[in-house]
Amino acid sequence: MAKAILYDSTLCIGCKSCEAACAERWHLPYDDKVAAEPRLSAHKLTAIQTFGDHYIRRMCMHCVEPTCVSVCLVGALQKTALGPVVYDEDKCIGCRYCMLACPFQVPVYEWSSRLPRVRKCDMCYARLRAGKPTACAEACPTGATVSGDRDGLIAEARRRLAEKPGAYYQRIYGLEEVGGTCTLFLSAVPFEQLGLRANLPSTPLPQLTWRILSHTPHIASLAAVALGGIYWITHRREEVAAAEGSPRGRSDIEG
Amino acid sequence: MRASLDFFRISIWRVVFVAILLSGLAGLYVRFVYGLGAATNLTDSFPWGLWKGFNVVAGIGLGAGGFTVAATVHVFNLRRYRPILRIALLTALLGYSFMALALIVDIGRPYRIWHPVVMWGEHSVLFEVAWCVILYLNVLALELAPAVCERFGWRKLLRGVKAISAPVVIFGVILSTLHQSSLGSLFLILPEKLYPLWYTPLLPLFFFVSAICAGLSMVIIASWQGNRALGKRLELPVLEGLGRALAVVLAIYLLGRYLDLEDRGALTLLLRNRTETWLFALEISLLLAPMLLLFQHRVRSHPGRLYACALMVILGFIANRLNVTVTGLEASSGTHYVPKWSEISVTLSMVALGFAGFRFFAQHFPIFDESRPQVAARASHADQGVPVGVA
Repeated sequence: MAKAILYDSTLCIGCKSCEAACAERWHLPYDDKVAAEPRLSAHKLTAIQTFGDHYIRRMCMHCVEPTCVSVCLVGALQKTALGPVVYDEDKCIGCRYCMLACPFQVPVYEWSSRLPRVRKCDMCYARLRAGKPTACAEACPTGATVSGDRDGLIAEARRRLAEKPGAYYQRIYGLEEVGGTCTLFLSAVPFEQLGLRANLPSTPLPQLTWRILSHTPHIASLAAVALGGIYWITHRREEVAAAEGSPRGRSDIEG
Repeated sequence: MRASLDFFRISIWRVVFVAILLSGLAGLYVRFVYGLGAATNLTDSFPWGLWKGFNVVAGIGLGAGGFTVAATVHVFNLRRYRPILRIALLTALLGYSFMALALIVDIGRPYRIWHPVVMWGEHSVLFEVAWCVILYLNVLALELAPAVCERFGWRKLLRGVKAISAPVVIFGVILSTLHQSSLGSLFLILPEKLYPLWYTPLLPLFFFVSAICAGLSMVIIASWQGNRALGKRLELPVLEGLGRALAVVLAIYLLGRYLDLEDRGALTLLLRNRTETWLFALEISLLLAPMLLLFQHRVRSHPGRLYACALMVILGFIANRLNVTVTGLEASSGTHYVPKWSEISVTLSMVALGFAGFRFFAQHFPIFDESRPQVAARASHADQGVPVGVA
């Protein structure tokens, strides 16, 4: 059963307890200065952002079919059966293709480090495996962030939308975006007003490249036969000429 | 051949060369001592910049002349192009080598560059590119090995290398086809980020075709430089043929780009007064102008004009690659990226080293065909037995 996080913007009071809990879980320093930073960065893996009267939480969306996992050429990023997308810093070469490709612009880099790593939320993978909620969900005083089974949280989100239709923008962000994510958002206003991308396709992005990449063996073997054939035909004349003893037929490739 | 006595001669170009290298070294110092953040203007929202866009994505394309001419000469057996084969292979080897060098500078953990060999992320386009490039570097080394063998008189090795040349060349053509197009596939994963003047499902095809244009242009430029700087023979009739092919491939490419824009309904984007529109116009005009010029015989048969056309194609090609990797991604990232001095100086150093490397190999190895007298430009190969410059 895939785990997920549900963040309900209408319940969020912007206290940033989740940020503090997240910093503690990653052993990152957290003070007022860090709290005031609105963006994700190498020392801030989740951020509460303010848009007028509304809050939105930013963190890894833990896509069902993650783009970052598909583009990683060394398999440093992996999708776990439990739901979280995890990062193996010992494999990473630092090409930053995951950062370029992520449709939610989540992975961040330790730009000032001499041996930099990619950083991102891992949905407290170790805690989930131990059956505990994520650090942010545990720290949230209002229940704006909860963690649990993805199916259960989707049902819960639907229940809230139906119960208070006036309080919510009637969509769940993450239900269909790029094929679905394990981080789900509810909000009172359309998501693009909270700085989220609303132009994402509902099909997983990895399909865009896999469609072509999966044909590589076919293209290669077809090309091998075609090129070999052309070579054979274009050099045939010389073989004939050589057999007839004409000087025209000297092949300087084999020679 | 020039004597190596004038090695220490001071000329304006040498001063420029040394200055570029020194600034490049300074850039490398900042990069390796203070990290990527200090040496580049890259950010979390703009993680790929000049080093990826120019040195890697454009650099590999500039080396496409190697496989194009190798296929022409060996697979299609068009012997007329043999005199420029090694020039093409050398531009490819240098292009790819400096690409690999730039990649080592660009990635966060350079000492792990070998990881893709043992850690497989086979769903990644970059994985395919990495493997193809590693293998193709070996192919290029094998294809150029005859020049080294001839230089040092290793006859046995020469025979061995030539015996396997046909499968090696074919393998190289396949690898090149795959990775040149895959460089375009890299950006297929960015449908909502890359500006629609450039994002198209046909990116791999366009990257492949435009790489052929860039590769052929590099061969023309390298031949011209070899002639001007080293007094090597200019294979004008052969280059004229290349110019002809270049015009046709450019025409196919530009027509394809037009049809694609029309098909996606993206032509109206050209009416918007945006930076992207102007950079797109720049890229297209730098390819359209040489195409129109190269269709004229008086342009193709004139070394200087042919060179100017090839240079335009190269600039248009680089503009295209930078538009796809940098410009076209700026609007969606919400940031504005201008490369830092250290990014520019390292890039320029790679280019300068490429020129120097070409000069060195052209001077000390049989790269240019010197088997025939200067005048007999039209002489057929078959009349002369086995020429020295056979690869």
